Amino acid sequence: MSSTAQAIHHEEHHQSFFERWVMSTNHKDIGTLYLSFSFLMLFVGGSFAMLIRGELFEPGLQLIQPYFFNELTSMHGLVMIFGVIMPSFVGLANWMIPMQIGAPDMALPRLNNLSFWILPFAFVLLLSTFFMPGGAPAAGWTMYPPLVLQGGESIAFMIFAIHLMGISSILGSINIIATILNLRAPGMDLLKMPMFCWSWLITSFLVIAVMPVLAGAVTMMLFDRFFGTNFFNAAAGGDPVMYQHVFWFFGHPEVYIMILPAFGIISEIVPTFSRKPLFGYKAMVYAIACIAFLSFIVWSHHMFTVGLPLGAEVFFMFSTMLIAVPTGVKIFNWVTTMWKGSLSFEPPMLWAIAFIVLFSIGGFSGVMMALVPADFQYNQTYFIVAHFHYVLVGGALFSIIGAVYYWLPKWSGHMYSNFWSKLHFWSSAISVNVLFFPQHFLGLAGMPRRIPDYNVAFADWNMVSSIGGFWFGATQLIFVGVVIHCVFFSKQKATSRVWEHAYGLEWTLPSPAPHHSFTVPPVIDDSQLAHGDISH
Amino acid sequence: MNVELGVSDYSDLSKGAITMSSSNCKRRITGAVAALGATLVSMAAAANPVPWQMNLDKGVTPISHQIWNLHMAALWVCVALGILVFGAMFISIVRFRRSKGAVAETWSHNTLLELGWTIVPVLILAGLATPATILTREMYNATDAQMTVKVTGYQWLWRYDYISYDGKPVTKVPTIYSRLAWDSNTARQLDSGVSPWSVVDKQTGFHDYLLDVTHPLVIPAGVKVRFLITADDVIHGWWVPDFAAKRDAIPGIMNDAWAKVDKPGLYRGQCYVLCGQDHSAMPIVVKVLPKDQFNAWLAEQQNAATLDKAARTAQAAPQKSAPAKG
Repeated sequence: MSSTAQAIHHEEHHQSFFERWVMSTNHKDIGTLYLSFSFLMLFVGGSFAMLIRGELFEPGLQLIQPYFFNELTSMHGLVMIFGVIMPSFVGLANWMIPMQIGAPDMALPRLNNLSFWILPFAFVLLLSTFFMPGGAPAAGWTMYPPLVLQGGESIAFMIFAIHLMGISSILGSINIIATILNLRAPGMDLLKMPMFCWSWLITSFLVIAVMPVLAGAVTMMLFDRFFGTNFFNAAAGGDPVMYQHVFWFFGHPEVYIMILPAFGIISEIVPTFSRKPLFGYKAMVYAIACIAFLSFIVWSHHMFTVGLPLGAEVFFMFSTMLIAVPTGVKIFNWVTTMWKGSLSFEPPMLWAIAFIVLFSIGGFSGVMMALVPADFQYNQTYFIVAHFHYVLVGGALFSIIGAVYYWLPKWSGHMYSNFWSKLHFWSSAISVNVLFFPQHFLGLAGMPRRIPDYNVAFADWNMVSSIGGFWFGATQLIFVGVVIHCVFFSKQKATSRVWEHAYGLEWTLPSPAPHHSFTVPPVIDDSQLAHGDISH
Repeated sequence: MNVELGVSDYSDLSKGAITMSSSNCKRRITGAVAALGATLVSMAAAANPVPWQMNLDKGVTPISHQIWNLHMAALWVCVALGILVFGAMFISIVRFRRSKGAVAETWSHNTLLELGWTIVPVLILAGLATPATILTREMYNATDAQMTVKVTGYQWLWRYDYISYDGKPVTKVPTIYSRLAWDSNTARQLDSGVSPWSVVDKQTGFHDYLLDVTHPLVIPAGVKVRFLITADDVIHGWWVPDFAAKRDAIPGIMNDAWAKVDKPGLYRGQCYVLCGQDHSAMPIVVKVLPKDQFNAWLAEQQNAATLDKAARTAQAAPQKSAPAKG
């Protein structure tokens, strides 16, 4: 560490709380802000889920009115997607990308501050709709017209909130691309970068490509609702299905925006705890790029029952099934990385293994749903709900928790409790299956999604699912305890490498990572990189 | 009968609803019950969701059978792949533990292996996609339908109009308005105090809570029926799982689905596209009658409609000339 860096480090200690956390341009502080914000939102969205599972515990209505139930399912989806999964990945990118490529900070630090601080305002707007006349938007997170247009004035707030979230994530992505393409330390070739950087580089392009599409869709909706246009009004020559096409042209790449960074994280964790280099590094990079490309040409598989022409059904079936190939390559490569390794099972590895299993199960149901005739029986049932919760909770969320357990000692300088973090893992891994696996059965038995009440034949599995839900929800309180203990109270110091076989530039820095790191570009030693020499 | 595509006005709907509550309605039910009496007992075989159900029903149409086969094939392929992948992981976890003294190898490439697990999945997927494509074509072929019924979704009920049967337009048969049965509607209110388990179909003993309607759609067995599906307010979805007939009901768009049901019975489904607060309360019930009984039922309906119209004309005439009261 150079003396200049130390001087700056010293100076930063005298920042006031307001200067450090509100006016921050430091990638680590902004990363912490992103992660703290998404952690808070996890419990906001989670409390909606608890109410939903509470109402679904038994047939009949016991707790809430159906309209409020619809508000909850809609807001649960919006909060979890835009408030939890996306910002926590951006938070991880902020913390880790500069440290992984040997950069002093993100390329555009002030933009970084702006892209974070837009978010809290967006979510105040979005959540305030609960308190407005007519209530929050209640047409599902997909916001299909004409139903959404029946909502109160609050949909204007929802639309503006979505615009803001879109701006925030586009700015974040521009920053990530600029950082990766411009600030790599000399010798850090693109094909020596950690997989996490690769996954975010590609994800950023997806974000920039599709968030404006969503903005366009909701803006047309805004005009239809308030300014007398008829984009989606069939009675005046509009087309409600056009909204679905535009929405899912955003929506499907969005699915990969929420899973590609997870692929990056798992590709970091698995080699570390297998003590073996990642199998097929280049194939992993190409697979991500391939998935990103394919994600643009599969959107109509969300719409197999809207009455597409036969040719479109067949095309979207084929293109969707094709995605299984690069995704399969990734899963096979992770498993092969473990094969003949020397495995140990610290918390990050446990979450990564659970990720591979749960994400694969979500992928399997995905392949089944790609088959058009079969999808006619699954479409809009709980089978779909089970599928996307396996990939988003068992997939994206598990990878984020794994990433926190992987890098938290580097951030805080302390180790967390081994016992409580493992209890958190086992309790989550079991309850998430109790919660979501029975939903496959409910869907196959014919239970539609987005209903607050159901026939008594669906009662048993719903009760099992709800019990799993409460269990999973309560388990996440352990996570809060583990993180707070680690950051503020833990006495056990972390070493700079933290994990025995962890390679990459971030592990060459002390723990906790100094407020300013790599103010002078590091000299790259290939043997210290996870993918330093990929020729063998 | 309104066979036009698009947005009809609400007065049409409310007029229909009033008609339904009139004597015509009662007469129709009596007629139907009389005609059906004997067959109702044998309807118990119809597939309904059962407690702890874990898989799709095979259904009762050739299409639903083929879909079930495809579903099972895909499921077994996934199970096999799952055993392979999770098995390899499990072996790694058991055998290659550092705590057991495992030493990591350093290889990270194997071109043959990588080619293999790119090509083999493509072949497996092609094996699934081929029958799926053939079946999709079949599902899209609604030609040669002997009967056409128009299905319209409203918040929150279904409307059925008979358009044609046996190559002839169907006239005089009144529109059927099919809304949630009243016992379910009472039980489903927040804090109603009525247990959903107390809602039972008396003929079959099936707990039909939220799966029973005031007036089911009636179709003949062994006849290819084409459903023209649309909606008049927001998007709904018309789906009878046992028929594997399913299409979104979208305002301004006329979708079609078809089913040829050989086995008479009572078949149930639900609206599957979120359509507002009572989305969970617009079930679909289709009563499939043997062809001769259906023909008798249809004639009865036409008869009743003619009588009803005559009665109403007779009623309306003196009112016209009488001075308005109060």
